Amino acid sequence: MAHHAETLPPNPERATLEGKNKFLAFWFFLGGETVLFACLFGAYLGLTRDFSGSEITPEELFELPAIFAATLALLISSLTSVFAVINMKNYNMKWMQFWFWVTILLGWTFVGLEVDEFYTYVTAENFTYGSSAFSSAFYTLLGFHGGHVFFGTLWILTLILQTTKKGINTTTAPKLYIASLYWHFVDVVWVFIFTVVYLMGKVG
Amino acid sequence: MASTAEHLPQGGYKKSWLMDWITTVDHKKIGILYLVSALFFFLIGGIEAILIRVQLAVPENDFLSGEIYNQIVTMHGTTMIFLAAMPAIFGIMNAIVPLQIGARDVAFPFMNAVSFWMFFFGGILLNCSWFLGGAPAAGWTAYAPLSDIYPGLGMDFYVLGLQIAGAGTLMGGINFLVTIVNMRAPGMTWMRLPLFTWTIFITSVLILFAFPAFTIGLFLLFFDRLFGANFFDPSAGGNPLIWEHIFWIFGHPEVYILILPAFGIISDVVSHHSRKRLFGYTSMVLATILIGFLAFMVWAHHMFTVGLGPVANTVFAIMTMAIAVPTGVKIFNWLFTLWGGQIRFNTANLFALGFIPTFVMGGTTGVMLAVVTADYQFHDAYFVVAHFHYVIVGGLVFGLFSGLYHWWPKIFGRFLNEKIGKWNFWLFFIGFHLTFFVQHFLGLMGMPRRNFTYPAEMGWGNLNMISTVGAMLMGVGTVAFLWNIISSSISGEKAKGDAWHGDGRTLEWAIPSPAPEYNFAQTPLVKGLDTFWLEKREGKEKVTPAEPLGEIHMPNNSIIPFIMSIGAFIAGFGFIYSAENSSSLWVAAAGLAIMFGSMLIHSLYDDHGHHLIPDELKEKNKRKGAQG
Repeated sequence: MAHHAETLPPNPERATLEGKNKFLAFWFFLGGETVLFACLFGAYLGLTRDFSGSEITPEELFELPAIFAATLALLISSLTSVFAVINMKNYNMKWMQFWFWVTILLGWTFVGLEVDEFYTYVTAENFTYGSSAFSSAFYTLLGFHGGHVFFGTLWILTLILQTTKKGINTTTAPKLYIASLYWHFVDVVWVFIFTVVYLMGKVG
Repeated sequence: MASTAEHLPQGGYKKSWLMDWITTVDHKKIGILYLVSALFFFLIGGIEAILIRVQLAVPENDFLSGEIYNQIVTMHGTTMIFLAAMPAIFGIMNAIVPLQIGARDVAFPFMNAVSFWMFFFGGILLNCSWFLGGAPAAGWTAYAPLSDIYPGLGMDFYVLGLQIAGAGTLMGGINFLVTIVNMRAPGMTWMRLPLFTWTIFITSVLILFAFPAFTIGLFLLFFDRLFGANFFDPSAGGNPLIWEHIFWIFGHPEVYILILPAFGIISDVVSHHSRKRLFGYTSMVLATILIGFLAFMVWAHHMFTVGLGPVANTVFAIMTMAIAVPTGVKIFNWLFTLWGGQIRFNTANLFALGFIPTFVMGGTTGVMLAVVTADYQFHDAYFVVAHFHYVIVGGLVFGLFSGLYHWWPKIFGRFLNEKIGKWNFWLFFIGFHLTFFVQHFLGLMGMPRRNFTYPAEMGWGNLNMISTVGAMLMGVGTVAFLWNIISSSISGEKAKGDAWHGDGRTLEWAIPSPAPEYNFAQTPLVKGLDTFWLEKREGKEKVTPAEPLGEIHMPNNSIIPFIMSIGAFIAGFGFIYSAENSSSLWVAAAGLAIMFGSMLIHSLYDDHGHHLIPDELKEKNKRKGAQG
């Protein structure tokens, strides 16, 4: 597929009505997701100072260096997904796939670090899901976000495998584009988690 | 619904009747599926209502035990809100909104089918609880910590059933938002949208921002019950008020999700059947937007007695009272629309006319409840029950009946019978006021909600008996409606495109009844508000087309939405029984695998749909052939 630069539109993700519909629907969906995470943040903030049953406080629990590494992985993955989308718009399949692969690997790095963090809390600190209201709220908020990241990596993976066969066209481009939108969204949620959970947990 | 266009479904073979309905992605058929299921659940919820009223008819009655009564009250509320009212609205909006904006389908026909089947299986899952150890019994609001610690599986069915149904609703809301933004015919500017479409747009915005809150509330309850979390358990540091806040952050907008479409229906019906343009269209639109906005600002008025403090209570009280202003604007606009119109008192319009004073009464008691100090008296008494039935039955259900009688000929191609319709209206209307008017006084006399019986000395017996007689009349009115559906489907009068005396104003009346599969052979060009009426005033019989006749692109049917929803249904069962046996989590995993696997298959195999030739083009070609 070498000829598409001339025959295919400059913004394949929004060239068709279907693409435009998906684009708009996904923004609406992210609006709903915002409410979803806002409720989780609200529940977390309401319960973060309740330690009955477990004496562990956020100050004692969190270790910022590992969280810094996870943050770095996720923020850089947002940048690499931008590189991927730029290459998609240029119909540059090889580099698009490369940058999406980097995005996925960074996502998996993030998930791995998070799993390791939870594992440490559970084994070393005996801080389990049912320890206290704080622990339930913490694992639920972080778990929802981590689940979103993991789902996102699988989603992007199925899409780039599709493009190997189908190429970049007005059907696949909208899918890739909204997956990258999703990826930015989970990144933004992480910025809030980092601030509200970890930073405020350390100094709040 | 025989398609008028002769074409074989994709694959070249004729599908069976059943497969056709299960795989359909046509918004008109999905609308009918929604309406049929809504009616089914409405009957279940109605039977539950009658059982409640029989139990309460006389003091110290032992017709139902307290435990069964709790289950029936919980399921009556849950069923009526989530499984009858919501899908009835989705049914009418599916059937009508794309026609009103001149579109051939919704933005995402496939997702539309997913929405329906998710709702349907969620509803079935919830009702399976009756046969599997008892229905949920902690009230439709499922207040924690009661819902948290309620023994048995009932509340787990509540959580999973509503979670699945709610996912369908959220997808439906997004679908209609995009449809109304992106799929409008040329010339259909925002201020030319029929008011029903406007209210569906705002309702969809409310769904989008309200349902995720409920999703989280249900998840937290789910994790508390099944995985030992402590969100609502005070002994482990949890806080049951978090449930109340999250529930009402969803629950109050939900009330407007229900009532706004009724406002839209009444606006269209009143204007259509008094042969006048809707009075104050612009103010109607602004009032709708304002009500939608305020809907998110008032949730704590359900929690006045919790003890949030005088400042919070005052702010929420004033916001609540403020909603009366845009609502009042609407009431006056309907009255001014009727003023001087050539009013036809058919069943559709009778329900609309019955709606107006009934809804005013419900609104007035709403403002009374917003007075915090008075609310300390009204709270959890029958006054509240009377109030919300006045807005939900007297408002929404009257609106739905009005809309169904009005659009029935458009959806099914046959009129409902007017004589039976009048029986339906008068029985239901009188029965309704008999049932719920007296409940205001029962509430003021101190009768509490949700108690399964009351002592004779309280002196509540007579009014309760009147209320029960009224409920029976509503039941008979509903039977009249059922009879009307059956008899009209056999021998109902066939409807023309512009069914009601040629008085159609909006685009749905400019096409045949029922609408052909592709809705509009040519996308219409919209010239103003009530564009069909404008064209008829210029002596034309059809709306001006915006494109030449040609082949029409249609989406293909698909079985995937059905299978995906069955996956969710299985996963729901798996999670519910994991409370008793953790190995049933494997069943949940299998269900989720089916669900996500279906999504993956849908993503991997692109389906570009098919093209069909509309009848109009065939005729034109035939004529051409005859000339040549």
